[in-house]
Amino acid sequence: MEPILRVKDIHKSFDGTGVLKGVSLEIHEGEVVVIIGPSGCGKSTLLRCINGLERIDRGEILLRDRRISGLEKDMHLVRQKIGMVFQSYDLFPHMKVMDNLLLGPTKALKRSREETEAEAMQMLSRVGLADKAQALPRTLSGGQKQRVALVRAMLMHPELLLLDEITAALDPEMVSEVLNVVIDLAEEGMTMAIVTHEMRFAEAVADRVLFMEDGVIAEEGGPEEFFREPRTERARQFLQSFTYASARKKEKADSGNPGSGKIR
Amino acid sequence: MQDLGISVLFRGINFQRLLLGLWVTLRIALITIGISAVLGLLFGLAMMSRSRAARAVCRIWLEIIRFMPQLVLLYLVYFGFARLFGWNLDGETSAVLVFSFWGTAEMGDLFRGALTSIPRHQRESAAALGLTRAQINRYILLPQTVRRLVPQAINLSTRIIKTTALVKMINVTEVLKVGQQIIGQFYREPSAAFWVYATVFLLYFLICWPISLLAGRLEILWEGNHH
Repeated sequence: MEPILRVKDIHKSFDGTGVLKGVSLEIHEGEVVVIIGPSGCGKSTLLRCINGLERIDRGEILLRDRRISGLEKDMHLVRQKIGMVFQSYDLFPHMKVMDNLLLGPTKALKRSREETEAEAMQMLSRVGLADKAQALPRTLSGGQKQRVALVRAMLMHPELLLLDEITAALDPEMVSEVLNVVIDLAEEGMTMAIVTHEMRFAEAVADRVLFMEDGVIAEEGGPEEFFREPRTERARQFLQSFTYASARKKEKADSGNPGSGKIR
Repeated sequence: MQDLGISVLFRGINFQRLLLGLWVTLRIALITIGISAVLGLLFGLAMMSRSRAARAVCRIWLEIIRFMPQLVLLYLVYFGFARLFGWNLDGETSAVLVFSFWGTAEMGDLFRGALTSIPRHQRESAAALGLTRAQINRYILLPQTVRRLVPQAINLSTRIIKTTALVKMINVTEVLKVGQQIIGQFYREPSAAFWVYATVFLLYFLICWPISLLAGRLEILWEGNHH
């Protein structure tokens, strides 16, 4: 099967500092790729380059075999097919929730207002926010805002959805209400590239995990193998930084396992 | 004697004269505000332009109006330009010129501040929805800029109205000057000065207060829309 997205050896530097140093990846239809790695490893920059928010210095990005990197004028047409949700609560504060949702479909895609409104209401009720359609964003909690942002991206019917640490700015108790929506989307077959620091969510949602470090993909694999037995030392150390007291118990329980034997 | 003092206001056409003076004040202020609003937007855009020369001109312009007292600028234009270039500007034109020079720069700076205070992710989220640059400006940046700008622009307008009192120094017969003329004519009523100036104060207050209230209302109405 042809991949939806192909990223070929892209490079990106800011003020002479290399952030992406030759990244290649493919994403297939219906696949959920989770990108993890330490801060500053380039994972957010990778998503921003795919969506054309950053210009790449070298390499090439293809969406369904059409080159989308280096476009000047028509980037907005590409972005209509690639949805993106950010870390910061990025709703438009001067518009009601419903107007936030309708803006893209009616202005960018020129879809009819009535039709989109019906669909928007349906999706809002699915994420439990039907009663907030006429609310202003400032009256919503962070978790509610991010659910609206997800609905807003999905109403564009994107071929690919990019999620850039969408729960990083949330209070802990609101994380799961947002991530559950993402898991629902994954189950419906939405193609996604997700940058996250929520390891248990990553494990649950990923078809494939990319571990990035210092501007390159250092390790790649299925979630089972990656989270149980990462092949590289660096990935092991990274994963270990997420396990606190439970690491001790785990060490005892897994003592026969050669993969975890090196974790200490 | 105080009774006599206040009665000065209603003698002859004194009160109409004050109102006529007030109209001169308002005329100068309104024309200035109109010019400043339009040119201020251009000034703000120039401040953010890629051209270093345009940015430098704006910087210098802004520094001049910040450090130069308006009165000095008024004298410079009204008396100085007449001598130097042989321009015979009347007082009102000079006033509009000087105040617009000032208002344009201040309005431009407010506009630039309002626009640049919109978080970067607002533009990026809109771009991620596949909107064109023009659509982003129209639906996202412009409405948020206006909400930030309008209350501040209204405050600037009240400052402009107040500052017009200076134009009596270049022989424009606005409300304050009329007041002084009345006081001069009725010098036999010692308390006339109090009543006339109090009336002038009241007239300024009646103009500026509702405007200021409006700015406050708008700020409350739009409060929190910035976050």
